[in-house]
Amino acid sequence: MATSAMRPTSLAGRLLWAVIAVIGAACLAVIALRRGEPVNAIWLVAAAVAIFLIGYRFYGKFIEHRVLQMDPSRAPPSVLHNDGLDYVPTDKWVVFGHHFAAIAGAGPLVGPVLAAQMGYLPGTLWILFGVVLGGAVQDFMVLGLSVRRDARSLGHMLREELGALAGVVAMFGLLTLMMIVLAVLALVVVKALTHSPWGTFSVACTIPIALLMGVYLRWLRPGRILEVSLIGLVLLISSIAYGAHVAATPELASLFDFDARSLAWLLISYGFVASVLPVWLLLAPRDYLSTFLKIGTIVLLAIAIILAAPQLQMPAVSRFIDGTGPVFQGQLFPFLFITIACGSVSGWHSIIASGTTPKLLSSEGEARMVGYGGMLMEAFVAIMALIAAASLHPGVYFAMNSPSAVIGNTAEHAASVISQWGFVVTPDELARTAKDIGETSILSRAGGAPTLAVGMAQLLHNILPGEGMVAFWYHYAILFEALFILTTVDAGTRVGRFMIQEIAGLVYAPLKNTESWIGNVLATSICVGLWGYFLYQGAVDPLGGINTLWPLFGIANQMLAAIALMLATVVTVKLKRERYAWVPGLPALWLVTCTLVAGFEKLVGPISFTAAAQKYTQALQGGQLLAPAKSLNEMQRIITNNSVDATLTAVFMLLVLAMLGFSIHAILNALRSNVPTAREAPRVALASVASRST
Amino acid sequence: MTLQKLWQRLVQTARLSCGVPDYDVYVAHLRSHHPERKIPTYAEFFRERQTARYKGTGGRCC
Repeated sequence: MATSAMRPTSLAGRLLWAVIAVIGAACLAVIALRRGEPVNAIWLVAAAVAIFLIGYRFYGKFIEHRVLQMDPSRAPPSVLHNDGLDYVPTDKWVVFGHHFAAIAGAGPLVGPVLAAQMGYLPGTLWILFGVVLGGAVQDFMVLGLSVRRDARSLGHMLREELGALAGVVAMFGLLTLMMIVLAVLALVVVKALTHSPWGTFSVACTIPIALLMGVYLRWLRPGRILEVSLIGLVLLISSIAYGAHVAATPELASLFDFDARSLAWLLISYGFVASVLPVWLLLAPRDYLSTFLKIGTIVLLAIAIILAAPQLQMPAVSRFIDGTGPVFQGQLFPFLFITIACGSVSGWHSIIASGTTPKLLSSEGEARMVGYGGMLMEAFVAIMALIAAASLHPGVYFAMNSPSAVIGNTAEHAASVISQWGFVVTPDELARTAKDIGETSILSRAGGAPTLAVGMAQLLHNILPGEGMVAFWYHYAILFEALFILTTVDAGTRVGRFMIQEIAGLVYAPLKNTESWIGNVLATSICVGLWGYFLYQGAVDPLGGINTLWPLFGIANQMLAAIALMLATVVTVKLKRERYAWVPGLPALWLVTCTLVAGFEKLVGPISFTAAAQKYTQALQGGQLLAPAKSLNEMQRIITNNSVDATLTAVFMLLVLAMLGFSIHAILNALRSNVPTAREAPRVALASVASRST
Repeated sequence: MTLQKLWQRLVQTARLSCGVPDYDVYVAHLRSHHPERKIPTYAEFFRERQTARYKGTGGRCC
């Protein structure tokens, strides 16, 4: 307990924190209360920085000292199991950079863009407070628990602390979540590339570029990652520049012009081929490129927002909080809280916080900076994505994100529908935006990536003006998102394959052998088939797919976050620190509530999958065709898809309820015990092993 | 911190983000703990790490 004493703050320190608190409150008041005139994005940035600093300094420290009771004098796994490879005591800034690179992905960029339909305020508040009280708590606590348990994985900790059955249930949930993640991310790429020869060409170019890099790294200059990534970057930029020529030349453009259906099939075949090829040839080199590009682009976006200081054109709160929005259906509660997942609370992070990061921490005293601090950085990325979307003309935003079933297929029709919603826009403005970004149309490009790309392109164009540069930056942003989504699809398919082989191995042992060619192809086919099914379903969906799949993804991701936070709650009680159980317990309950209510609304009621299935079933029985189905077969397919989605939603809800049951059971048992029952690894003093840990 | 040191840290972070830990640290570890083992070249070390990275649970986020 020696460490739980917090150092008293000096008078100057207290003054400084008081000033930060006042600045934060003032900025928040401006963005929340000013009406009628546009708010500058800098207010939002300043509010976020102030709130994150205060959260990190006070709540983060409270968790470190009181709840987790991190002890810098205790030897961490990196010291105890130092092998020079996986377990290495590493400089805290290096661990922080590695951890952030692992948790940052497409999620925090997409969710806030979709949520902007309700105005910028609801999303902003959920990101700011959700992360300080929920998301960062989850990442930090899971990291803290793992560091105390020889860097064990989330699944392992669940089995140990909640029982074997809970572990199996969570594993199943994780596999399902992964399939939905892969499908929805692949759908984002499909939406961005549909009838976009320029985008498709430059994304297609990443394949030969990666192959070239792979060969270079294998034989020409082994292991020179930075060097080869620079070469790759130059080639990528050239492919974007040449893409303009491809788009402008009809013979070339027709080679790269695909509809959503064909793109879905291309991605499915690609996913299969890419994940059975050796990793060094395609996956690894593209992974390097996408990691560096991702960090570089996030930095670029931050610089652009600060220099361009855009006005937020979206209203603070739009009329669509009532649930009638075109981007996703459902009211503010609970749908805002599952739409923005990754930027404020992301269950997926609990996998990383119990993966490589705890093996690298050189002291428990650094867990707050890496776990809590890393997640605050991620939330900042989400805030930037929200700013990029909210600084767009709202008419352009809704034209890009509403399904064609709502706004039609022409700029005239779209402009008149959107103007009726109160966001006045002319067909001319829509056509000019499309022309500026070098595309034929901007209508119905849901999925976040294209909207963010237009926002980013306009911001970057503000600080780096030039003829035709908006189009270049737009395609740069699309390429950057597509690149790391494809890497995730590829790597995720591989991980899914190992999980499926593990499960199949329980039934027939030889299938478990990951070196076996038959087992490999079989498991890969199943894995690609699973996510491919949802991707294809999304690509042909009348409402554009994102509308259907994103809520499923959000429910699944928040379900995993709820599971991770429930684990943290159980362990806190098992350590007999039940007076702090609310720290992980309240966000866990909040997420359980959100996932269950959202799941329930998707299961029964007007916006549910069940209602959609019934609508088409009734029409089919009456021999009617409902748009966009063009045949009775298509009608049948829509019914099947909606029934599958409804079943999946029910499964997620059962999973959450089961995990809640396991947690309550474990908590009641722990409360009955008079001694701590959590299974921590025994304490070893750092001083006693320091000499071993060179 | 000197510029050279800063650059080293940046390279180390960048490599670690791609799943390649610090080679010098590994060599030092082998020398002090397992003097009987052969020291791999950087190329061999890199290949082994590259294969190892994609076997686990992915280590990346959506």
